[in-house]
Amino acid sequence: MRVRANNPHGGGIIILMSILVAMGLNLLPLPSSVAVNNPDWVLLCLVYWALALPERVGVVSAWCVGLIMDVLTAHLMGQHAMAYALVIYLCIRIHRRMRLYPPVQQAVSVFFYLGGSQVFLFWTGRLQGSQEKPAIAWFAIVLGAIMWFPVLFGLRRLRRHFSIT
Amino acid sequence: MADQRGKLTGLRAVLATAVYPLQQLISSPVRWLDDVAAQFASREALIAENARLRDEQKNLEARQLTFSSLQQENIRLRELLQSPVRIADRYLIAELLAINVAPYSHVFVVNRGAQQGVYVGQPVLDARGVVGQVLRVSPFSAEVMLISDPNHGIPVQVNRNGVRTIALGTGRSDRLVMPYLSGSADVEVGDLLVTSGLGGVFPAGYPVATVTAVSAQGGVFAKVSAQPVAPLDRIREVLLVWSDVTSGALPAHSPPDLPHAENQETVPVQKVQLPSLPGQQGDEGEGE
Repeated sequence: MRVRANNPHGGGIIILMSILVAMGLNLLPLPSSVAVNNPDWVLLCLVYWALALPERVGVVSAWCVGLIMDVLTAHLMGQHAMAYALVIYLCIRIHRRMRLYPPVQQAVSVFFYLGGSQVFLFWTGRLQGSQEKPAIAWFAIVLGAIMWFPVLFGLRRLRRHFSIT
Repeated sequence: MADQRGKLTGLRAVLATAVYPLQQLISSPVRWLDDVAAQFASREALIAENARLRDEQKNLEARQLTFSSLQQENIRLRELLQSPVRIADRYLIAELLAINVAPYSHVFVVNRGAQQGVYVGQPVLDARGVVGQVLRVSPFSAEVMLISDPNHGIPVQVNRNGVRTIALGTGRSDRLVMPYLSGSADVEVGDLLVTSGLGGVFPAGYPVATVTAVSAQGGVFAKVSAQPVAPLDRIREVLLVWSDVTSGALPAHSPPDLPHAENQETVPVQKVQLPSLPGQQGDEGEGE
């Protein structure tokens, strides 16, 4: 089914669906040793949409998605929201440059985005007195950076197929 | 921080209700696989399971025979002592949603919520022992924090002699630690730790963990670790508990009709048979 190309606001539902699927991937009931290495699919998805359509997916949408993630993952409300909003703000600041990067260089930036969001989550967790060990799942970040390629090509294909602009 | 102070519980409940279908959706394949596996369980296996369950039921019924008279006696004696009586506990079975909440925190979501009367701080049990307590409630679901979460502490006492302490979670589902026991405390490997009822969250007398290692005895503080009785990493269903405690003196009318009330089951607080854990003391101690 092809969405009409002249509809400037078509495809919102596709963006929403892709984020819902990403949330599903984040919540996947994996064994705990594997789950630690499950990358943050939601952030990957948000970064793609912010780079591709910065006028549609911005800081506010990132904040809202983050709030939902906070509820889903039993964090304090605002932890994911703030982390995602900051990352997406950075993304949109440099989206013109980042679009020109080859995918490998994009993946390196994505590594730092994912890392930054993790650090922020642990930091805010410590602020509220969490006793968790400040272990940062490095492998999840590396895997997330590698997963940038399928996310990039998959979502780009989706976007072109439904001509979402 | 406003969330921590409870100012956003309304918004949080709304969002939690909105995402509940998503959680159900993700959880459903696992449940579906379970159902399929149950369909294909062999006839022999089912017969064997049936026989085992029958045996277990006979066993439990036999224990139950003496239980009501013992309970009456307990209530009478406590009445004489003017001490509070735990009348009965009410249970509700809740199913865990098969979703991974957050990799490091020991929190899970169950499919019962405020609509069923679940409240924050409610104790959560397994058939074998204490599992955790309710952390947050939304209309149809609730988040439960396990006793193994690093942010969780539970007041316990040694069943054998009543030594009281607090068991803290470690982030590992098979280990709790008790850092506040003095070096001379009488704790041995294999001791059963039960809830002490102090702190007011957990009702007294439910099994929590068995002591697996005691080291540095004679120092100022003993290093004691214990293994939770409930298999925290494998549970599928939990029991939410409502306990009715009369504080102070017992009202005069209550005893006669207690054990027969509808939907009010009571669990005998008895010594649970413990798996003996020989030789683990040295292993655990060296890991420290």
